[in-house]
Amino acid sequence: MSQFILHKENTRGHANHGWLNAHHSFSFANYYNPERMHFGVLRVLNDDLIDGGMGFGAHPHDNMEIITIPLAGAIAHKDSMGNSAVIKSGEIQVMSAGTGVSHSEFNANADEELNLLQIWLFPNQKNVTPRYDQRTLDVAARHNNFQQILSPSASDDNVWIHQDAWFSLGKFDAGFETEYKIKKAGNGVYAFVINGEVTINGQVLSKRDGLGVWDTDAISFIANSADAEVLLMDVPMELN
Amino acid sequence: MQTTILYIGRDAEITIVMERLLNARPEWKGICVCTDEEAVALCETQNLDLVLLGNGINAECEKVLRAKLTALQPGLKIVQHYGGGSGLLYGEIMSALS
Repeated sequence: MSQFILHKENTRGHANHGWLNAHHSFSFANYYNPERMHFGVLRVLNDDLIDGGMGFGAHPHDNMEIITIPLAGAIAHKDSMGNSAVIKSGEIQVMSAGTGVSHSEFNANADEELNLLQIWLFPNQKNVTPRYDQRTLDVAARHNNFQQILSPSASDDNVWIHQDAWFSLGKFDAGFETEYKIKKAGNGVYAFVINGEVTINGQVLSKRDGLGVWDTDAISFIANSADAEVLLMDVPMELN
Repeated sequence: MQTTILYIGRDAEITIVMERLLNARPEWKGICVCTDEEAVALCETQNLDLVLLGNGINAECEKVLRAKLTALQPGLKIVQHYGGGSGLLYGEIMSALS
């Protein structure tokens, strides 16, 4: 019997710092909710709006797989591994913090708001050598399709991480129905609605709602609106 | 009443940041070290409420550290700190102390 947890958009943690308007699906920074610590190895799902030219100065990370998906605008990234890059909407960035890395993240545009999802997963091994990657995604390939954008395998398309996790993005026409099969036994799926309205396993979800489903090998999916856009995060439910 | 928290991590830069973050809250007293020897020495002289294991501590060192620290202060809470910054810190500490 599958189990689920529903996180409605308006129950997320919220912090408005002026230049940064952040919504946290799980406990983060000063938002602490013991019922919202993680979904399996998925520890952080932040939905950040960042004013033009603003951002986070150099700060360290370790032992975390950090995935950044710009939804609108572009982010300028610099890190202690020597990477300096701009990641735009339609691209994905991944950083394995491992033994330790320092980076800065700023809105690359002075006059345009940046909206990004930043996702942190616990790694499946600690103290790995830090690494960085970014890829341009084929946005057309996600029309009425869950396009895999992240996996544990370096030989797959798009980015890989140190965890048995698979991420998929899809953009759907109203009425489109499909099923998503979970990639690995013991994994669950956390669905995050980027836009529109969808029904997953009978639960109606609106923009920025999240639904975690586990103890199952597949989920049913129906797009209820013409602009339905969803991120699926297929992650181990057991912490390493 | 301050909560005394010892952070142990191998990366000196992260350790400096962690010390600043921990001591930014008046209810916490943060002490941060890079070596296991420093951690054990501190545990011999100060009452600790919580130990955070940071980056670069391999499984064998962690096992030895846990044994030594809990032998010195039975019942001492020792948890992993992930992320190396402020994002998870408050939640980790609140969870550990609750």
